[in-house]
Amino acid sequence: MARQVTGAQMVATPVIPITFPAHRRGRDRFWHRFRTQPAALFGCGVLAALLFIALFAGILAPGDPFATSRQVFQTPSRAHPFGTDDLGRDLYRSVMHGARASLAVGIITTVIATAIGVLVGACAGYFGGIVDDLLMRLTELFQVIPRFFLVLIAVTLFKGGVGLIILLLGLTFWPGTARLLRGQILSLRNREHVVAARAIGLRESAILVRHVLPMALPPVITLAALTVGGAILVEAGLSFLGLGDHNVVSWGALLNDAQQFVRRAWWLSAFPGLAITVTVLGLNLLADALNEAWNSRLSRR
Amino acid sequence: MNAEASSLGRYMVRRLLQAVPLVFGILVITFTLIHLAPGDPLIFLAGEGGSASFYAEMRARYGLDQPLIAQLGHYFVATLHGDFGYSFVYQQPVFRVILGRLPATLLLMGAAIAFSSAIGLLMGLITALRPRSPLDHGITVFTLTTYAMPVFWLGQLLVLLFAVRLNLLPVQGMVTAREDYTGIDHVLDVARHLALPALTLALPQLALTAGLTRTSLREALAEDFVTVARAKGLSERIVLWRHALRNALLPIVTVTGGHISVVLTGAALTETIFAWPGIGRLLLDAALKRDYPLLMAIFMLVSATVIIVNLITDLVYTMLDPRVRFA
Repeated sequence: MARQVTGAQMVATPVIPITFPAHRRGRDRFWHRFRTQPAALFGCGVLAALLFIALFAGILAPGDPFATSRQVFQTPSRAHPFGTDDLGRDLYRSVMHGARASLAVGIITTVIATAIGVLVGACAGYFGGIVDDLLMRLTELFQVIPRFFLVLIAVTLFKGGVGLIILLLGLTFWPGTARLLRGQILSLRNREHVVAARAIGLRESAILVRHVLPMALPPVITLAALTVGGAILVEAGLSFLGLGDHNVVSWGALLNDAQQFVRRAWWLSAFPGLAITVTVLGLNLLADALNEAWNSRLSRR
Repeated sequence: MNAEASSLGRYMVRRLLQAVPLVFGILVITFTLIHLAPGDPLIFLAGEGGSASFYAEMRARYGLDQPLIAQLGHYFVATLHGDFGYSFVYQQPVFRVILGRLPATLLLMGAAIAFSSAIGLLMGLITALRPRSPLDHGITVFTLTTYAMPVFWLGQLLVLLFAVRLNLLPVQGMVTAREDYTGIDHVLDVARHLALPALTLALPQLALTAGLTRTSLREALAEDFVTVARAKGLSERIVLWRHALRNALLPIVTVTGGHISVVLTGAALTETIFAWPGIGRLLLDAALKRDYPLLMAIFMLVSATVIIVNLITDLVYTMLDPRVRFA
């Protein structure tokens, strides 16, 4: 395991210390530590608000977000809380509907990436040897590929929509999870309760699924929260360059529209940008709080 | 010492050898991706409406009639010879097109990294020595917010503040188009144009550097070797500068080296906002105009940069941190 101390790995792997849950008391303490943090409150609040907005955008801001009107470049007012753009579209409506795209991109990407990462990491840690070597080389490859540029090229060449963006992000966001889980499995493999399970004759696969994976998952969940925010940022960047899905309202695309009117209409860039920032900030804080809660429980022991 | 040097040498050689399959793997992935994409590159080379025999001749000339694996082989060999192909759009060798744009990007990234490292280190240092002060909390909030902000939105906000409200700085391009400055005037003109894009790119890095410096400096100050240094009767200043700060340099290496792909992505987006004539804009143009050879070459350049910077980061780590040993 001497490899673990080299610089690139210290750099590349998120520093999320290993944790050991399992006992009921430990779990209660975890929830207590988690709930009492302001960061957790903020993070959960943002996530809940986002889910609410994404689900009920049609009720909160009824109407077609693409619908134009004659009221162009209106400053924020009672009728148009976030103002209107060059085609008279209501920005409040656009931002509310844009939550759907961002949330979908963030969550589906994370589900795909976490699934691949857990599979690769578990196989590498479980089988070891040549399988481990090959899978880790593959992980390294996907870790150094410049994600944003790869997705940018693919989306332009294949003229894909939001589905393709999600797929590609899912296929490029997994290496962190794989490395994390592999490390967890390697360190958990010789823990007492695992050795005990082995001693009473449980099959290795059963031990992995029942006794190792549940303990290895907490940091994976923390990383997943960060992945949601990361994917939202990448999608916003692509849409900002005008490479997103033109049939879907997204915050990045709104900022792209705003770019040429920065001098004339500040609100066009202010509100969509604020929406992205608050969302990503909430997810990052949620990850921080999760991490903190697992760690402090560990250190209290 | 000699044995250590030779083992460091062996370590670097091994890391270099490990990088070769990485570059090759990225080449294969990109090449396959581009050739799987719908649309015949021949249309871009030869135009539409040619005769069948003309197309066949062109296909043979560019090696497009051969199987994909053979084409990949040709591309790989050509790349090794420094031949990156011919840009459809610019009607020039790709290498020359990229070379023309490289200085602007290097200037932008260099300025941003220098600024964020210097100021970030300073801010981290101040806050590490004054925990729980208003400045300390301020920097925490600043770090969290800038890190969550999309870099292109940050750019727009800076434009609003410095260019629109205060009317201080130019926001488009690298030089004032109508003036033909030379000498020192030219340098000042470029510097004025550089200020906002560099600041945009630097702020998230600066926040991260400040945060990491603070954490690692505080950890270092609590470590045994610092206590020992103090116990030896060394002055607080020497303890800080010579012992603790050496460890605190690691965050800068981490932020610059470990986040190089973030910086490259940020540079590409920043160049778009400020019409900065660098590689990022070139890539976007190449993608929109389907200039495949140019696209492929820029992507390989970016990938190679990431791999090389990772290698250098590793090396600097082993030299800076006495605890890291190579195996």
